[in-house]
Amino acid sequence: MDDLLREFLTETFESLDVVDVELVKFEQDPNNEAILSNIFRLVHTIKGTCGFLGLPRLEALAHAAETLMGKYRDGAEVTGDGVTIILHTLDRIKEILGELEATEAEPSGDDSDLIEQLEAFSIAAEGGDAPAAETAAAPAEADAPIEVAPLERELKPGEVSLDDLERAFQEAAGPEDEAAGDHAADAVAEEATPQEAAAAEPAPKKEAKPKAKPAAKAVAKNEDAPARESSVANQSIRVNVDTLENLMTMVSELVLSRNQLLEMVRRLDDSEFKVPLQRLSNVTAELQEAVMKTRMQPIGNAWQKLPRIIRDLSNELGKKIDLNMEGAETELDRQVLDLIKDPLTHMVRNSADHGLEMPDARLAAGKSETGSVTLRAFHEGGHIIIQIEDDGHGLNTDRIREKVIENGIATAAELEEKTEAQIHKYIFAAGFSTAAAVTNVSGRGVGMDVVRTNIELIGGHVDLVSVAGKGTTFTIKIPLTLAIVSSLIVESGAQRFAIPQLAVVELVRAKADSEARIEKINDTPVLRLRSKLLPLVYLDELLLLNKNRKPDEDGNVPLSTQERSESFVIVSQVGSAQFGIVVDTVFDTEEIVVKPSASMLRDINLFSGNTILGDGSVIMIIDPNGIAQCVSREVAAQLEDGPELDTHLMGDEKTSLLIFRAGGGEPKAVPLSLVTRLEEVAIDEIEMSDHKPVVQYRGKLMPLQKVSPEQEMVTEGRQPILVFTDDGRSMGLVVDEIVDVIEAQLDMDITSESPGMLGSAIVREKATEIIDVGHFLTLAFEDWFARADGDRADVPTSNRLLLVDDSPFFRNMLAPLLNAAGYRVTTAADPHDAFQLRDAGAKFDIIVSDIEMPGMDGFDFAEAVKSDSAWGSTPIVAMSSRTSREDIERGHQVGFSDYVAKTDRDGLIDVLRDTLQSEGTAA
Amino acid sequence: MNSNENQVLTELQHDMVHLDGNLIEYITVYVGDQLFGIPVTVVQDVFEVQSLTTVPMSAPEVRGVLNLRGRIVTAIDMRIRLGLPTMEEDASRMAVGIEEGGEAFGLMVDSVGEVLSLSAQDVERSPANLDPRWQQVSSGVHRLENDLMVVLDVSKSLDMQNASAAA
Repeated sequence: MDDLLREFLTETFESLDVVDVELVKFEQDPNNEAILSNIFRLVHTIKGTCGFLGLPRLEALAHAAETLMGKYRDGAEVTGDGVTIILHTLDRIKEILGELEATEAEPSGDDSDLIEQLEAFSIAAEGGDAPAAETAAAPAEADAPIEVAPLERELKPGEVSLDDLERAFQEAAGPEDEAAGDHAADAVAEEATPQEAAAAEPAPKKEAKPKAKPAAKAVAKNEDAPARESSVANQSIRVNVDTLENLMTMVSELVLSRNQLLEMVRRLDDSEFKVPLQRLSNVTAELQEAVMKTRMQPIGNAWQKLPRIIRDLSNELGKKIDLNMEGAETELDRQVLDLIKDPLTHMVRNSADHGLEMPDARLAAGKSETGSVTLRAFHEGGHIIIQIEDDGHGLNTDRIREKVIENGIATAAELEEKTEAQIHKYIFAAGFSTAAAVTNVSGRGVGMDVVRTNIELIGGHVDLVSVAGKGTTFTIKIPLTLAIVSSLIVESGAQRFAIPQLAVVELVRAKADSEARIEKINDTPVLRLRSKLLPLVYLDELLLLNKNRKPDEDGNVPLSTQERSESFVIVSQVGSAQFGIVVDTVFDTEEIVVKPSASMLRDINLFSGNTILGDGSVIMIIDPNGIAQCVSREVAAQLEDGPELDTHLMGDEKTSLLIFRAGGGEPKAVPLSLVTRLEEVAIDEIEMSDHKPVVQYRGKLMPLQKVSPEQEMVTEGRQPILVFTDDGRSMGLVVDEIVDVIEAQLDMDITSESPGMLGSAIVREKATEIIDVGHFLTLAFEDWFARADGDRADVPTSNRLLLVDDSPFFRNMLAPLLNAAGYRVTTAADPHDAFQLRDAGAKFDIIVSDIEMPGMDGFDFAEAVKSDSAWGSTPIVAMSSRTSREDIERGHQVGFSDYVAKTDRDGLIDVLRDTLQSEGTAA
Repeated sequence: MNSNENQVLTELQHDMVHLDGNLIEYITVYVGDQLFGIPVTVVQDVFEVQSLTTVPMSAPEVRGVLNLRGRIVTAIDMRIRLGLPTMEEDASRMAVGIEEGGEAFGLMVDSVGEVLSLSAQDVERSPANLDPRWQQVSSGVHRLENDLMVVLDVSKSLDMQNASAAA
């Protein structure tokens, strides 16, 4: 292509983009001289160049647009329709340019439709007559101070006083007006039109004088502008994108070669190559960084088209929409930018079309008439986070449910088990759409799943949070760069793999006899990591590497990871769920160049690509997302949810139960969260102290308790026990075998006769006894609690109870107890979580709260509860180990109905019953 | 590369110059006991497969990936592609390097033979009773003096989806 033509095309496309954005800004701020002259100048230049290059169609269009712009510059009234027609003209010009680029010749065609309209507007503007009724006019305050200069009539919308004009010229940029303010002027439009015709005579006279001024000022501005521009222009030059790509590829190869050299030289003990190679390495690293920077572009570039789109959508849908963009200067890789442009546009359109309500609906809901769509971008730990937030009516969960069932994506039964957040995620499913009618804008059901796929293709992640009535926020997280990634090299099944460093949260060495050891719950491998049980997956099993193990020279078959006594756990996090990948060996971290997998390997979701290491070998790069999907369904379900509160939904509470056998008879169960550890003690380690079996455990003597007297301890080998620990003291419960861990609703039938059992529940269709851990703890340590005696009050109501206590042990201890006493229990770890429940609309019949809690203590909590209307009348009972008179008095002062000692579990039941009775809240 | 392959390459370069309109040049290879011909125009190079990295969970035809002068090449085992049992691991395999869709592949074969110039008119259609897998990848058969040479359609050889359908 002719160089001249190429230059022309590049520049003109750019100018048109700028004019687009500027026009939308101008529409909202028609008095802004700077924007107006900028636009005029750009259009004028386009016209000139088109004429020079002999492109008649383009020249005619540009000329007609320029004429209308000229009228505006001369002070004519700016109408919404006028701006629309100019925008349409720009679109037409872009179309023609596109064909010009493809065929190197201006396509023939007729633009008289647009040109005629443009001329009509120009003529009308001259006569002071607006062809359309609508005005997107200047601030309503235009009827402000009438000037010293004799003006016979009031200022109309679209006209400003001389002084205002003067002031506008002095300022470099005009004041930004509230978009809301514009529409107030609409009402006046109708009236203005007939009056304007009458005022046409005097008006031009007034315009003549200001005309001279703006002309002079405009010229001055124009002279300033190019001077300013050229200084900006000097700081940057145009570079062809292909050149940059080439540069990037070569630098990547350079990095690889450097890595290879480093590897080779590393093995030589002493070498004259070491020093110069070190320098080479440093220089290469700097070069790499610098080239990566050239690929970085501000995300604002992807947002450029959006103001125009929102403007058009506003008009089309009849909604008022404000577009806010924060962080437009946040930089990201050019390649990534290209890939997210379309998804972003799609999501913004969705927000405008589906998210925001019509103005009257918004007013009815108590919101402002104008809806807002906010785009936010910022960096966070090697990723760029982009949020699209709207303050509309949020996702319609019921509609989504309907559509999901209608389109056969899931059954009603499956949906039953999902939380609201999980149901919201269904909008990403293929073939889904809740738009009642497929509109021009969106609703074809192809959108969101394509968006998610595109984003995940580049290693990103998209999520959403929606609150009914308040709005929806989409969050996109993408890696900053696709090219060179820091990775951990690991080995499993005699093969090496790379895991991106960003996915590695922690590295744990697991040895058979150390504290960090891999334990099994019913064949499911887990690792106790601080306070959590981490689900594990063996990489060699996942990748089926153990199938064809060949014996080595000595005839030994290599061990699978499970068979080894030592292995490494790579703790990884995807979404909100953590899991561990177990491998044989961990080597080191290397900077690798990610090369996309061959197309026939791309659908193996466990890999995200491959790379060449320093020693020349090719290895696959593990994709943690893919691994997470293979880990148990449980984790997959967790991945679907957003961050979870440490509270349980009322009535739907599912507890993790550890099922075991002890002494024949029915299986028994205990809430898993109470269990500290599963241990096996060797028979010879069990000693007798005071006729009671004890074992040395972590430097202390731990008493062992049998669950039932008939139980027999094993006579040889190892005895399985459940360890319960609190506050430094441990107790071992002797069991025969561990059966399973399951999630079930703890719906207990009321108590059995034997102490030590809270009651029975049907778990997996079998009657299972739920043990009372407290009983056994008391047997082991008499002073753990007060002795339990007396019967549990049978409260024949199902009152809702909120339990607030920061100790998970107490929460999990008391919850089943209170459950057995007939309450529907919800727990909260701290007042903050309790308040979140309150804000979400939860209601309770009675609240039980601890006093000593970090952050907000029980006293402050009670005060806060009592002062708010939502829970102000709910009785609140304090439970604490602090029982001095002052404490009890303070408790009453802040609003506690009663004060119970923490050790007095039965007392608590009585108090609850009494309090509820006296409050008259029996159901 | 041993001298045989070196020879093949020099012949390639030599013969390219003397291409006649009616003659098509083929690199001949053996897969199992069958002679195949691959048009030289699609062949990038011939190399020995070394340091192959297996790709877990991949299709059986994909033996793995390897590094060839800085480029990652996907190795396809033609024996498996054609439904034949694969060779023992220890034997080092030769591969014919081809490019398709911007990606590099290596078709692993038993051995590489000489370059033949054959007349385009002598190609006959593949017999109808040929195994479907073979049908897919062949674009005809040449009758030679002592042998039959199947013309290999390289693009079809890489089409894995149809491969599993036919199996």
